Amino acid sequence: MERLRRTMLFMPGNNPSMLQNAGILGADSIILDLEDAVSITEKDAARILVRNAIKNVEFYGTEVVVRINPLSSSFGLKDVEEIAKAKPDAIMVPKATEEDIQIVDEMLSSIETQEGFPHGSIKIFPLIETAYGLENIDSIIRTSSRAIGVLLGAEDLTADLGIKRTREGEEIFYARSKVASTCRACKVDAIDTPFADMNDCRGFNKDIHKAKSLGLTGKAAINPRQVDTIHEVFAPAEEEIKYALRVIKAMEEAQREGKGVFSLDGKMVDAPIIARAQNVVKKAKLAGLV
Amino acid sequence: MKNILGREIPEYIEGYGTVKAFKGAFASLREVERKAVKLQSAEPTEKKVLSSIKDAIEKCTIKDGMTVSFHHHLRNGDYVLNMVLEELSKTGIKDIRVAASSIFPVHAPLVEHMKSGMVTGICANYMSGPVAEAISRGELKYPAIMHTHGGRARAIESGDISIDIAFIAAPTCDTYGNINGVEGKSACGTLGYAVPDAMYAEKVVAITDNLIPYPACPIEITQEYIDFVVEVESIGDPNGIVSGTTQITKDPVGLKIAKMTSEVIEASGLLKKGFSFQTGAGGTSLAVADYVKKLMQQKDIKGSFAAGGITGYMVEMFEEGLFESLFDVQCFDLKAVESYRENKRHQNMSASMYGNPHNKGAVVNNLDVMILGATEIDTAFNANVTTGSNGMIMGGSGGHSDTAAGAKLAIVVTQLVKGRLPIVVDDVTTVTTPGETIDVLVTERGIAVNPKRQDLIEKLEKTKLPIMSIEELKQIAEKMTGTPEKIEAEDQLVAVIEYRDGTVIDTVKKI
Amino acid sequence: MGMDIKTPAKAGTMESNDIYVIVQPNDEGGIIIELESIVMKQFGKKIKEVILETLEALNIKNIHLSAKDRGALDYTIKARVETAVKRGM
Repeated sequence: MERLRRTMLFMPGNNPSMLQNAGILGADSIILDLEDAVSITEKDAARILVRNAIKNVEFYGTEVVVRINPLSSSFGLKDVEEIAKAKPDAIMVPKATEEDIQIVDEMLSSIETQEGFPHGSIKIFPLIETAYGLENIDSIIRTSSRAIGVLLGAEDLTADLGIKRTREGEEIFYARSKVASTCRACKVDAIDTPFADMNDCRGFNKDIHKAKSLGLTGKAAINPRQVDTIHEVFAPAEEEIKYALRVIKAMEEAQREGKGVFSLDGKMVDAPIIARAQNVVKKAKLAGLV
Repeated sequence: MKNILGREIPEYIEGYGTVKAFKGAFASLREVERKAVKLQSAEPTEKKVLSSIKDAIEKCTIKDGMTVSFHHHLRNGDYVLNMVLEELSKTGIKDIRVAASSIFPVHAPLVEHMKSGMVTGICANYMSGPVAEAISRGELKYPAIMHTHGGRARAIESGDISIDIAFIAAPTCDTYGNINGVEGKSACGTLGYAVPDAMYAEKVVAITDNLIPYPACPIEITQEYIDFVVEVESIGDPNGIVSGTTQITKDPVGLKIAKMTSEVIEASGLLKKGFSFQTGAGGTSLAVADYVKKLMQQKDIKGSFAAGGITGYMVEMFEEGLFESLFDVQCFDLKAVESYRENKRHQNMSASMYGNPHNKGAVVNNLDVMILGATEIDTAFNANVTTGSNGMIMGGSGGHSDTAAGAKLAIVVTQLVKGRLPIVVDDVTTVTTPGETIDVLVTERGIAVNPKRQDLIEKLEKTKLPIMSIEELKQIAEKMTGTPEKIEAEDQLVAVIEYRDGTVIDTVKKI
Repeated sequence: MGMDIKTPAKAGTMESNDIYVIVQPNDEGGIIIELESIVMKQFGKKIKEVILETLEALNIKNIHLSAKDRGALDYTIKARVETAVKRGM
């Protein structure tokens, strides 16, 4: 099923209160986090808790993604092993490389067979947060047909590049553009890195607009209070929807009348405009706006 | 016998008397009479200032079995109730009834007076802490009587509660008994709950820590009601009297509930010029106010009034011009105290004016929207704010039943599950407020509208809000938590829950 | 033959909606459960059942388990018991 992924909300994996409420916070996707949000001594506890939560907690149709620990750590493989059995919608692989995706893909295939899940039902979300990952997004995505999107992790990426992470985010202009363009080429979602400062509303707003303007399709959130704002920016605007609906109506009329080419408001409507309109309407429908 | 809600209640209760069964929220509105007050008229030369509480007690001529009253504007900082009972205990008096508008954890010493047999009866609109727990354990001789804020005023006016001596904590008092609450180190703002006590008690003693020369303008409780004035070192702890400003909740679930609630209010059609509004001081209630505030700003709506215990948050909305006036029975924080002192349109109201069903019209009748909490709500929309689901007393109506009855739209906002406890249940442990007066329940997982409000259901079904039946909400809750075991209560009655009109809506058993 | 707890271990927290579980070897044999809960009256029996079921599924026959429950739902109780047991084996 095609989904809207305007927001992917991080939830700490070892916190029952948060897990229980994860599905009602309005995010399109939730990322149950076993990595950074869980201390090294609680990795086993969080893994078991998240596994149980996926099986038992009602998430009301919200996409459930689990961020596992890096495969290079001693936790990553165990995470996949345990979590996949509970059938999350997707596994998010940190510091992803082609090799990692290959390994996870194969493990998922064997668990799916073993558990009787339809093959390919558990998706993969590579987390791009190294220079290597950034330069090889295309091949990382193409490693597995399970890949449905990419999350850009700017904190680790800038650390890897040895550059300073700033509020304005000029330093990730290239990374954002690269992620957006490659993902669009591979027809998967491109999710922007989260914004950390909850008190800087204006900076947050600018940051979301920036991401949208560069072609990213959604943004990660680290606090439920960020969700509504991100949705407002990423949802198609009212005029955009109205125009798109008119384009489609005009197109249908033209088809009925057997016209190949038609115009709207005096301007010729061609294939890219129709495609864009259809895309807008589809998104608007998913967002419940039409 | 059973009352109209199917609650089993005795026909007669020792220490309470004959029980009038609850017959419906508006069944008792009729011609009523106020009691006559016996008083001692003052000679022109008489002085009122006495040197100690002890003197005052002696002058008032105390007797076994009498009723003494207190008000709760000093909240969990109050020293007056404890000081007076301490002094009374030295006299050897017994079998007295304490009629306090509310009882807080600070009143823990009262438990000892219950055990000693000095205090055998208690009435209150709200109680929490050691006294409430001791009552739940059966340590008070006669069942406590739980009133509503408006119901207490009614009971005092009608003579259902006859107060022998009212002790009034007075932040500022002059030598002839005029009282105001806005000056002095223990300033607490309005004194609305003390007004019926002052007017209907046989003897009234003002206890103050700010005795000033006559007259103490602006006067709130006037001299013709006051017999004696006693100066003490301190009537309360300022830290407990007015809390710091309550913050809007940051809990995402609370915020979600608040946002949905504001959407319900918007869809109801009541949010327009002249809008009136009341909400509690809890974090989620304040968040509702915050969303309502944004809607009022966006739509450029000027409301009529906000009422209740007033918080700094309401003051901000008022000062911003979103409301023409405030009606205030009790200030919740310093900002409210200051506003009440400075602004003429920040109007005080007595408990009777606020919520008494048996007067010629209370402020609650003018409310459009009321935001309420609940510890439990049942599938008939009856709400419990008196006991926990384990049967322990931990609250009380306060203004809950009064505002629910009066407001055009009474909304209960709560998480559907707290800890492991489902909040929507088949039968509440204790009925505080009857379901016929509650219109909507908003939880983070869905909204239920009282079926008697078909008009509202029609309006809300046009929105994208998750409207469902209250039975569905109950199922969602129980799917998460499992079905709780029924609490086995003992037979001993520990409290009688009076509806605002004086009928008995429920009882609480010993646990 | 059941598995046994070899060393004392704990899991969970005292946060609301969580449960703090401590497991120890039980040399006397058998299963001993000590439970404190903020919802003891409403759910005490049910919580003990869930703990027992979880121990059974893990094939634990001898254990001393004490738990302080802060309103955890079943999935959390099961997770914390499983974690504590695995840590103690």
